[in-house]
Amino acid sequence: MSAATTDTAKAPKTSRDWDMAAIAPFVALALLLVLGYFANPNFVSVANLTNVITRSAFIAIIALGATYVISSGGLDLSVGAMVAFVASLMILFMNTGAIGDPTLMLVAAMLVALGLGAACGLANGLITTVGKIEPFIATLGTMGIYRGLTTWLSQGGSITVRDRELQQLYRPVYFGDVFGVPIPIIVIFATAALAAFVLYRTRYGRHLIAVGSNEEVARYSGISVQKVRTIAYIVQGLCVAVAVIIYVPRLGSTSATTGILWELQAITAVVVGGTALRGGVGRIWGTVCGAFILEIVGNIMLLSNFVSEYLIGAIQGAIIIIAMLVQRSLMRK
Amino acid sequence: MTVSPAPVHSSINPRLLDASGLSKTFGIIEVLKDISLTVRAGEVHAIIGENGAGKSTLMKILAGNHQPTRGEIRIDGAPVSFSGPVDAENHGIVLVHQEILLAPDLTVAQNIYLGRELRKGLTVDDQAMRSGARQAIVDLGGYIDPDTIVSRLSIAQRQLVQIARVLLVPHRIVIFDEPTASLTPHETEALLKVIRDIRAKGVGVLYISHRLPEVKEIADRVTVLRDGRLVGSHDAAELQPADMARLMVGRDVAKLYPDRHAAEVRQAVLEVERFEVPGFALDAAFTLRKGEILGFAGLIGAGRTELMEGLVGLRPAKGKVVLNGHPVSFTDVHSSLKAGVAYLSEDRKGKGLLLTKDLRVNLTLASLGKFIRGLQIDRKREGDALDKAIKDFDIRTGTKNILAGQLSGGNQQKLLLAKMMMLDPQVVIIDEPTRGIDIGNKEQIYKFIAALAEEGRSIIVVSSEMPELIGICDRILVMRTGRIVGEVQGEHMTENEIVQLATGVNAGAAA
Ligand SMILES: Nc1ncnc2c1ncn2[C@@H]1O[C@H](COP(=O)(O)OP(=O)(O)OP(=O)(O)O)[C@@H](O)[C@H]1O
Ligand SMILES: [Mg+2]
Repeated sequence: MSAATTDTAKAPKTSRDWDMAAIAPFVALALLLVLGYFANPNFVSVANLTNVITRSAFIAIIALGATYVISSGGLDLSVGAMVAFVASLMILFMNTGAIGDPTLMLVAAMLVALGLGAACGLANGLITTVGKIEPFIATLGTMGIYRGLTTWLSQGGSITVRDRELQQLYRPVYFGDVFGVPIPIIVIFATAALAAFVLYRTRYGRHLIAVGSNEEVARYSGISVQKVRTIAYIVQGLCVAVAVIIYVPRLGSTSATTGILWELQAITAVVVGGTALRGGVGRIWGTVCGAFILEIVGNIMLLSNFVSEYLIGAIQGAIIIIAMLVQRSLMRK
Repeated sequence: MTVSPAPVHSSINPRLLDASGLSKTFGIIEVLKDISLTVRAGEVHAIIGENGAGKSTLMKILAGNHQPTRGEIRIDGAPVSFSGPVDAENHGIVLVHQEILLAPDLTVAQNIYLGRELRKGLTVDDQAMRSGARQAIVDLGGYIDPDTIVSRLSIAQRQLVQIARVLLVPHRIVIFDEPTASLTPHETEALLKVIRDIRAKGVGVLYISHRLPEVKEIADRVTVLRDGRLVGSHDAAELQPADMARLMVGRDVAKLYPDRHAAEVRQAVLEVERFEVPGFALDAAFTLRKGEILGFAGLIGAGRTELMEGLVGLRPAKGKVVLNGHPVSFTDVHSSLKAGVAYLSEDRKGKGLLLTKDLRVNLTLASLGKFIRGLQIDRKREGDALDKAIKDFDIRTGTKNILAGQLSGGNQQKLLLAKMMMLDPQVVIIDEPTRGIDIGNKEQIYKFIAALAEEGRSIIVVSSEMPELIGICDRILVMRTGRIVGEVQGEHMTENEIVQLATGVNAGAAA
């Protein structure tokens, strides 16, 4: 212990602070589970919990992309509209019947969705980086565009998968399971694992965090800030596409109002998960946890009798504020 | 306790502040150990010590930014415990931070009056604040338009704004933490005059600087810290700068600058012709040879930094640049780094380091490509590289699991050097290499720069410290208002000749 203060010693104060901020959402989730149990013992049944988590899949997956955009110092308000837009085009593509074999058609449609998502993300990225327009304004604009195009495509109504056989084939992507685990849950964890690997382990992830924490330092270090940010928006677009791919089989249709306010839920999940809105810190598993928290709160309110479920929006609003207050107090010494 | 009981030698001035037994621990690391200190009215008390000795931490405790772990502070004999900087300000203690803490998007005047805006009826009195701000800066020997947005200012100008802002608060004790690190001799002189004025009014001044001749000039008392301990407190008259250096470092610092053999004329590595950085540098032309250390002197605002930033692709620029015989044109830092040209910014906090990230992430940020195995970053190799950098560059920190922003100023500079040297560049452009660095470390960094040249690399040093340029460079180019106006070499490398070229005064006589 003679050289305790050198190399191997940890800086307890700082590392503990950071860890607490990282752990906080998981503690909150655990507390919610306990609370849910007291509100209604049925809440903790495996059936109910898998159900809730399955339903959180869309927001969770979109929020993973939002974690990238936000940690790079950006913001994407267009994701809700993008879901509706990509879903409509995907269904319209399936309805063309361009490919006879249903399996091939389904695979092609999924690729089309991914391509569209990436393209929408690229558009957002280029407008904010090359066009140098504030992300808030840029994506507010594309939100209007994507939503408007969807309304036009659907003529204000809904768009439905027409081919019965195709619909039957597609259904299990939302309703199916592998060894009892619903496919959407598998998709959440698989996407999150991939997102975590890229963010924490690869060069791109390191560059993303650098750009988010100080753009100038990144630039002076030879990092292309525009490229890094644009890719973050593309990742967001791809996440939206993945969410669409598991959303479409759920109802087999989409409408002009699909995905309304999802952007706010996704941002809430990211912030509740401990990612700083000002950028430079990204917490993938925190985001997943944040998405679960949002869905679980709603579920508890439905199952319990003491709070009206019409208050869900208000409670979710309160959660984001509480999460920020907790984050703030953990950041301070 | 209202009357000071101990009239030791000349110190008959009343005691304003007594600190006794102050200790400060961050986590498990004790950075200050049992420090006692007295500040007297009408006295300039200098605190000197190596980078990381704990000077800034001690000052932050006195100004209420940190709570001491142990120990007591008394003001006029009465014990106090500050709840925060505002509380300390209410006791008349103000601190000019070592870091620049200004709102970048507000104007100079708005920053100076931030939080204490002058009012006229219900609205703020912009007119009065503007003229107040202009006057405050003129008093400090500068001229800055009070309507300028702070993010457009150079570091030196920001420093003046920061000082002006602090001096506006009613004060009995003013603490200056390295106020002159980024100032030119002219501005430094003006600041020292301001300090003498406030001393004459009976204010107590605590003054930190790594420029020992300046300490000798202004201080009445000198207290030396080393590794968080108080080494001694002396009457300034008893100490020469060389004594101060010895007390700080714990050994003699006899020779600051390394020996350099007169470099034989070798092949040109970098040739620059008709180079222009619009708005900052015009018609620049120079040649950098292999193994050479080329200095760039000039006043603040002469365009040296902008010229270098233009060269490495950080600013739009045009002109001819030839590297090793091949014409090049860098549009971003990625391309210049790849070609082997590295630029170290003068603004290490704003442009050099990610202050909220740890040392490892900072060290490898510009050279991550070297640490990729498969798809992943090899953290073990990164860790080894950090260990090596800590050793090679003598980065002093209690622990390596620390954020870059928590390193002392000098150690941050060493980390930045280490970061850029990870790329093994052939041409190294260092902007203000020793700003805020203690004398022992300066010696190390000069040795290190000389060694790089010895290895066959070519170095450009941009500096406002003329002795430093004269001490380490083979040749010095002097810039004035965006143009290279002259070159000095050999026995012509004197402060006098450089100043004449830099200011344009007496230019005829110099030739
Ligand atoms: N918040 C913090 N957490 C952990 N360690 C810290 C923190 N702030 C400072 N330190 C450590 O305390 C020591 C003293 O730092 P300080 O900034 O006081 O040095 P200094 O004498 O002002 O150096 P310089 O001349 O470089 O400015 C350093 O080793 C530094 O790394
Ligand atoms: Mg300091």
